[in-house]
Amino acid sequence: MIRLERLTKIFGTHTAVDNVDMEVGAGEVCVLLGPSGCGKTTALKMINRLIPPTSGKIHIDGRDTSGIDEVQLRRSIGYVIQQIGLFPNKTIEDNICVVPDLLGWDRRKSRKRAAELLELVNLQPSVYLKRYPKQLSGGQQQRVGVVRALAADPPVLLMDEPFGAIDPINREVIQDEFMKLQSSLKKTVMFVSHDIDEAVKMASRIAIFREGRLIQCDTPDKLLSHPANGFIADFVGSDRALKRLRLMKVGAVMMRDCPVAKPEDSLDRAAKSMEEHGLAGLAVVDDQRRPSGMIKLEAARGRQGQVSDYRETLPATINVNADVRTAVSVMFAHAVGWLSCVNDQGAVEGCITQGAITDALAPALGRT
Amino acid sequence: MAAQDLKSIWRMGLLFGVFALGAYVQAQGLLPSILKHSSDVVYLVQQQIRLVAISAGLAIVLGIAIGIWLTRERYSRYADAVLPIVNLGATIPTLAKLAIAMAIVGIGAPAAIFGLTVLTILPIVSNTLSGLRSVPAPLIEAARGMGMKPRQILWQVEMPNAMFVILAGVRTALVINVGTAPLAFLIGGGGLGELIFTGIDLMEPGMLLAGAIPTALLAIFADFLVGQIQYWLVPRGVNPLR
Repeated sequence: MIRLERLTKIFGTHTAVDNVDMEVGAGEVCVLLGPSGCGKTTALKMINRLIPPTSGKIHIDGRDTSGIDEVQLRRSIGYVIQQIGLFPNKTIEDNICVVPDLLGWDRRKSRKRAAELLELVNLQPSVYLKRYPKQLSGGQQQRVGVVRALAADPPVLLMDEPFGAIDPINREVIQDEFMKLQSSLKKTVMFVSHDIDEAVKMASRIAIFREGRLIQCDTPDKLLSHPANGFIADFVGSDRALKRLRLMKVGAVMMRDCPVAKPEDSLDRAAKSMEEHGLAGLAVVDDQRRPSGMIKLEAARGRQGQVSDYRETLPATINVNADVRTAVSVMFAHAVGWLSCVNDQGAVEGCITQGAITDALAPALGRT
Repeated sequence: MAAQDLKSIWRMGLLFGVFALGAYVQAQGLLPSILKHSSDVVYLVQQQIRLVAISAGLAIVLGIAIGIWLTRERYSRYADAVLPIVNLGATIPTLAKLAIAMAIVGIGAPAAIFGLTVLTILPIVSNTLSGLRSVPAPLIEAARGMGMKPRQILWQVEMPNAMFVILAGVRTALVINVGTAPLAFLIGGGGLGELIFTGIDLMEPGMLLAGAIPTALLAIFADFLVGQIQYWLVPRGVNPLR
């Protein structure tokens, strides 16, 4: 969708972007990551030609953009900047409709779209459409900044540290909102960031820059498990294994054939199935497979009677859609070695153990 | 409630003051001597308004145009050369400026209009410059990045955001202009100065006041007018008054 071909930018004697080749597929979120001054922003701004390239080519959707008028090009690309850049003299509605108005859309159509877009980021149109930017909080302004870039429905979105100036709590919320938006809109996104956590969270691919050169461009998991060199290993941090946990879903790591116990089962039988699967405990479930407690191996082993006699309360469960980092955190918080994994209806689907998590991380780590 | 009481007391006091002033002026015999000049006043006020309107209009159009021109990227290097000249111009005494204008253009209304325009243009240029320069760079980057052409950026982004400061300059300029306009008489430009200076020369306070009072009222009116324009023309999102 976006292809950079030997893209180079030289300012005077300083080479800001040096022979960069990369390709971003349709619907991908590619995060350009690196320390400040590494050329990532320059690379981004060459795509909508805010900075003219010194040499090299940029293809969007197979077309060489050097043949397209720069004003037309920019109107067909969404652009979000860190400073938000809402026009304080225009209402929120008019701000969102800047590009549709430039393109000469029918006014009624564009205003209707503005209302729909505001709704997408949980801002009530009836309240906010007629307000001015200064009447909104920073987080609300950046939500408007993002939907403004989407107003004319461009296939490509360029984002220059869009959430960098927002406080950490709001940043998480906006990132989540954006990812939800992206999962339905499937835009091709180039996203500049200097925050590895943000990159791991948002990116389908991460491109790491250093001194104008593209060092590695890979999926977040690949990058964390196989950093190409010491610089990248340092940059992604010594806790990169922990960061990978965030990329994995509980549902993908859990044991699906994990046994459960019914209250009326015999202790003997419960103990046997635990030993068979190497588990320290079992979830006790009702007929709808909803957990009602747990039974521990040492309580069941060698005893006679029913599971319900030695049932204990289950300290915690984890949703199958949560990421593994959350699961680990819950395990540590409750000092347990395994968790029952439940779906949205609250029924047990499997269980996740610390051993299984280690195994899931291992194949990639083993070869570094 | 208390504020309203205070307001009505003020209003009563003001009315009483005006009444007392009127009674005093009448008792001194000034009022009849002022009113004696009423037909002159009507004619000269029109003449003065014409002077002010033409010179201020020229100054606003030229001043804003020069300000815009000096903030365009390609010409911004001239700004540092032009601004000292503009500031230097502001230090020349008004009367000297009119005298210079007379020396260049000759005697009469054109010289007066020329002098008043030069006088008025200075605050407009400097406010237009600082207004446009204070538009945050990210706004312009966002506008460019969304595909606005330079002219669209100027009229949709830069001017609306600088308008408040520009109009503050216009307001200052207009008040100076109206206040200085009576001096136009000295270089044959006509206007209310005719009554004021003749009144001084003849030691006739009635004639002097017949020129001075309308001059003061015109200045107040001009200030009020631009104040209203500032209030209504500057978009609500960037207008500190609204």
